Amino acid sequence: MAIAKQTYRQYNSTLTPARMRFAIFSRFYYAPLFQSKFIVLFLAACLFYPIGCAAYIYITNNSMLIMALSLRPDFVPAIDGSFFYSYSIVQGTMALLLTTLIGPNLIAPDLANGALSLYLSRPVSRTQYILGKMIVLLSLESLITWVPGVLLFVIKAEVTGFEWARNNAWLVGATVIGLSIWIIMLSLIALTLSALVKWRIAAGALILGIFFVGAGFGNAINSILHTNYGSLINLSEVIRIIWAYLYRHGYMDTNLTTFQACSVLFIVCILCLIMLAKRVRAFEVVK
Amino acid sequence: MINSVPTVIELEGLSVRFGKQEVLKDLNIKLSGRIIGLLGPNGAGKSTLIQTLLGFCPVSKGTAKVLDYDIRRDISRIRGLVGYMPENDAFIADMTAVSFVRMMAELSGLPPESALERAHEVLFYVGLGEARYRKLGTYSLGMKQMVKLAQAIVHGPRLLIMDEPTNGLDPIARQRMIRLIRDIRDSGHMHLLLSSHLLRDVEDTCEEVLILKNGRIVHLANLEEERKANLRFVDIETTVEECGLTAALTELGCECVNVRPGRLKIILPESFELREIFRIAARLDLPLRRMNYRRNSLEDIFIKAMGT
Repeated sequence: MAIAKQTYRQYNSTLTPARMRFAIFSRFYYAPLFQSKFIVLFLAACLFYPIGCAAYIYITNNSMLIMALSLRPDFVPAIDGSFFYSYSIVQGTMALLLTTLIGPNLIAPDLANGALSLYLSRPVSRTQYILGKMIVLLSLESLITWVPGVLLFVIKAEVTGFEWARNNAWLVGATVIGLSIWIIMLSLIALTLSALVKWRIAAGALILGIFFVGAGFGNAINSILHTNYGSLINLSEVIRIIWAYLYRHGYMDTNLTTFQACSVLFIVCILCLIMLAKRVRAFEVVK
Repeated sequence: MINSVPTVIELEGLSVRFGKQEVLKDLNIKLSGRIIGLLGPNGAGKSTLIQTLLGFCPVSKGTAKVLDYDIRRDISRIRGLVGYMPENDAFIADMTAVSFVRMMAELSGLPPESALERAHEVLFYVGLGEARYRKLGTYSLGMKQMVKLAQAIVHGPRLLIMDEPTNGLDPIARQRMIRLIRDIRDSGHMHLLLSSHLLRDVEDTCEEVLILKNGRIVHLANLEEERKANLRFVDIETTVEECGLTAALTELGCECVNVRPGRLKIILPESFELREIFRIAARLDLPLRRMNYRRNSLEDIFIKAMGT
């Protein structure tokens, strides 16, 4: 590489396909992200529960081990919808915490440094920019949510047999769909707050606030007005309703319907997209 | 190399509106110079015109073409052919210069290996070779301007748009920037559109100048032709009434205008030598109190355009 030459030459060689350039944003974000030991440790910690679940599946399907541990097989909880429902709650919470750590840093620095005018003066659209940033969150969240969930199913199928896998194949769909809905919503909320709030810590606090303060307000509304509609602003409960439906898990302490829950998530996602479209621009018109 | 003279920018009744305010008003022009200056006072619409050409601002009426591509239909192609150096700070503080420029090259479509190689090359070219692994947040203002230039040319654009490239630079850094602009111009690899409110920068580098005022085009000057045809003036102040100086100079082909008693404005012919004035004054025993010689400059053109 002749880097000592101080002359300028034209570039007339091949170009990469335009539709794949969104991945450049993701790639250039991963490198500094994984330089943070805290993020790497947190990601590792997020996998403790799935590893524990895998160990549980192995133990409950090993009759010699059950006998050695003096466990009664009928007392061992089954690997069914309830198991994956609990798995989704735990890993969904971990995904929320991961989003709080990574999300605020995605768009805010570009807005603060005025980099959007540079990005968008290239053959890259705003949609590609948002998609590229969203891929960062979606990929890491997938790594700790539905991907280990599907692996748990595969492990269970491997140790139990084809018959169990065929009868419970719907669990794979429920895990992928249920957790994908959750991480898409988390990513959109994180990107929107990152675009709205330039201060990283405040954006992180807001992400948590939306879920925890929303839950508090929802419960307060339910208690004071003796209604269930307060749960509509409790996004954690809303997603639990959808998971309960997908996993055929009967017990829920709310009367909201799955349709209402889906509508809330849909509205939240649309609002996030509208706000992102307003904020992610190459320039700001000062009135 | 750019061999033919294509139309670089063509505006066809272009109007841009922000809310109720019309920022650009019915602009019509064809520009084909190698380096085009965009002049105008603050708020004239220079930056808006640039942003419109890049597809950032919605066009309310008319259209524009950049390198024969329509900004309404082919904006993605235009962005691939254009390098943009914005006026304001635009970089990622936590990135090193080489990663930043490489990323910009990749966004323009260069494969990762080529992008890295060219990032190194252009950083050396703009004089940041030694500092290329430093984080951009630690750069001085002059260095940041150079990085902005590097990212704008890394992908080999056919048109380089520079918005106030010498803004905030000290005289040495300004000279370096002007030298680079001239070098890019003379290399013939790309056309340049240079927006500035510093007349000297434009005069030092540009061939063609478009002057905007209140969102309208008030003047288009070909500086090369203006330089060739430009007139030489002499302002003379005498202590007493001029006694025969006007007549003597008119005989030598000068055009003289009596501004007021004791003050003359003389337009000199092509081959006239200034010492002739002293010779005539000595012959007439006319004491000269002040003599001011100047050429028709961009400043004159600009001031005249602002008056319209």
